[in-house]
Amino acid sequence: MKQYRWLAYPYAVWMMIFIVVPLLLVLFFSVTAKTPDGSMVLTLENFKKFWEPMYISVLIRSVLLAVYSTVICLVLGYPLALILAGKDFKRKNVLVMLAVIPMWMNFLLRTYSWMTLLEKNGTINAFFGTLERLAATYLNMELTLPRVNILYTESAVILGMVYNFLPFMILPIYSVVSKLDRSLIEAAQDLGGNNLVVFKRVIFPLSLPGVLSGITMVFMPAVTTFVISRLLGGAQFMLIGNLIERQFLFSGDWGFGSALSIILLLLILLSMGFMSRYEQENGGGGLW
Amino acid sequence: MKKLIKVMFLLVLLAMTFSLASCGGSGKPTLKVFNWADYIDESVYKAFEKEYGIRVIYDTFTTNEDMYAKVVSGNADYDVLFPSDYMIKRLINEDRLAKLDFSNIPNYKYIDEKFKDLDFDPNNEYSVPYMWGTLGILYNKEMVDEPVTSWDILWDAKYSKNIFMYASQRDAIGVALKRLGYSLNSRNEAELEQAKQSLIEQKPLVLAYVGDDVKDKMVAEEAALAVVYSGDAIYSMWENENLAYVVPEEGTNLWFDSMVVPKNSKHKKEAELFINWLCDPENALKNTLYIGYSTPNSAAYDMLPDEVKNDKSAYPDDDILEKCEVFDDVSDVLDIYNRIWDEIMTAN
Repeated sequence: MKQYRWLAYPYAVWMMIFIVVPLLLVLFFSVTAKTPDGSMVLTLENFKKFWEPMYISVLIRSVLLAVYSTVICLVLGYPLALILAGKDFKRKNVLVMLAVIPMWMNFLLRTYSWMTLLEKNGTINAFFGTLERLAATYLNMELTLPRVNILYTESAVILGMVYNFLPFMILPIYSVVSKLDRSLIEAAQDLGGNNLVVFKRVIFPLSLPGVLSGITMVFMPAVTTFVISRLLGGAQFMLIGNLIERQFLFSGDWGFGSALSIILLLLILLSMGFMSRYEQENGGGGLW
Repeated sequence: MKKLIKVMFLLVLLAMTFSLASCGGSGKPTLKVFNWADYIDESVYKAFEKEYGIRVIYDTFTTNEDMYAKVVSGNADYDVLFPSDYMIKRLINEDRLAKLDFSNIPNYKYIDEKFKDLDFDPNNEYSVPYMWGTLGILYNKEMVDEPVTSWDILWDAKYSKNIFMYASQRDAIGVALKRLGYSLNSRNEAELEQAKQSLIEQKPLVLAYVGDDVKDKMVAEEAALAVVYSGDAIYSMWENENLAYVVPEEGTNLWFDSMVVPKNSKHKKEAELFINWLCDPENALKNTLYIGYSTPNSAAYDMLPDEVKNDKSAYPDDDILEKCEVFDDVSDVLDIYNRIWDEIMTAN
């Protein structure tokens, strides 16, 4: 393999230009400020500015919403991943496709379509209305169906996150579980373990690396999103992503925006470090 | 992906060839006009070409910032631009505009006196107003049964979760300032602080803070009330006849799109001829009827059909107009504006 090492050079160059240099720039902007005469000075003002209750509350809200969505994704995605990985399941490929296909469509488009679905006079409510009318004319019965009214609430934001990021939870778990050594499960069964015990003592611990990468892959985009909160939250729930976007596109405060990005980066690094330690202790694998 | 890049590259190349070709061209003098998209009756400039034998190259933009970036980049050589008030002020401050020779624009006399000597061009040296409008309340007559006269209705708990606010710092804070009886361009921290408090109070009643998409949402009857610009209101009212627009009695933001000539224009004479052509009452009438915005041209206004002339949403009464203000550049206190908007948006 050693003679192919040069194949990695293009990527190394790519990484230098488009990842390392921008990161250094962000770091640079976060610790400098422009003085009135145009020169740059080192400062920690940008980070100090963050320690205000309103900005802290933005960070807390972002983390909370991201945690909620991650937990929901795990609860929904884990069983699905297990079913997908089950050997005796014939239409497995179709289901895997169904989980992946939404990702082929543009993310923004998918989020906009949720707006159309959830609106007061949106598709879902219009459908309920039609059902009620049909029931009244053909079955002569008075049907009252509930109306969906969650657009522009935190629930809509969480829904949008779960919908958009669920595949990122399913796929890593699926890939780990489907590669599980079947003989381990058979051995556990031979030794008299019932299904629950086999799951608790064998399958779940072995699937943990997939779960951990799933959690990271959902949590990261969820905590940084700004589109979902703006469209489905009606811009009422400012998340850290919105705050950063605002500094760059509107206020022109690149220093504060960069400082926020660095804080978010540290937060993500910290949680990833936490996870990878846990993973090492448990002999991990997974996607990383 | 590669294919896409190739296609894009070809398109760019094609566009460049065309623009080069247009530079060469025939012996006819050319005039490059840069206007908002869908903001002129095309027959008006076609007739100008015929009348004076000048070829008009007509390009469009969608935001002031977009226009500014292109004009400043130095590659553009436009002769007539149509920016809005605050952008004109910026262009004047940066010394990018040419002083107009009004002896070449005799039709300037048709511009209503109240639209002359505006704050962004105090001595009327650089700009000629083209269209104007207001910021106001668009409401659904089926959902709101009381008369809408004041900004206060946006603070009425009866319409809780039935209100769209404009997700724009200057406009939203401006609404609150006007409601409190202050200037739209307030630089007073105490006044701004009060505006902030009132917007935080209002927040639980607001369904969402939206941008341009407010038009479609109001047409789809997603809410009863919305803060919109008169142009958007006119569009929405065309699409849904339950909608009505009102300029609140406390006054509001008054905006202008005016015609200016950049300093580097090589066809200033022709540009002034063009501006004069657009100020001709017949042409101004055609444009205002086509676009639907309000005309500053008094002769054109007199010729308007009565139902347009008496439409208070397009032509509010003078006593309301007197309370309206044009946006001023507030860069010096922008930090305060930014901070209070952050506080409003993060409030629970």
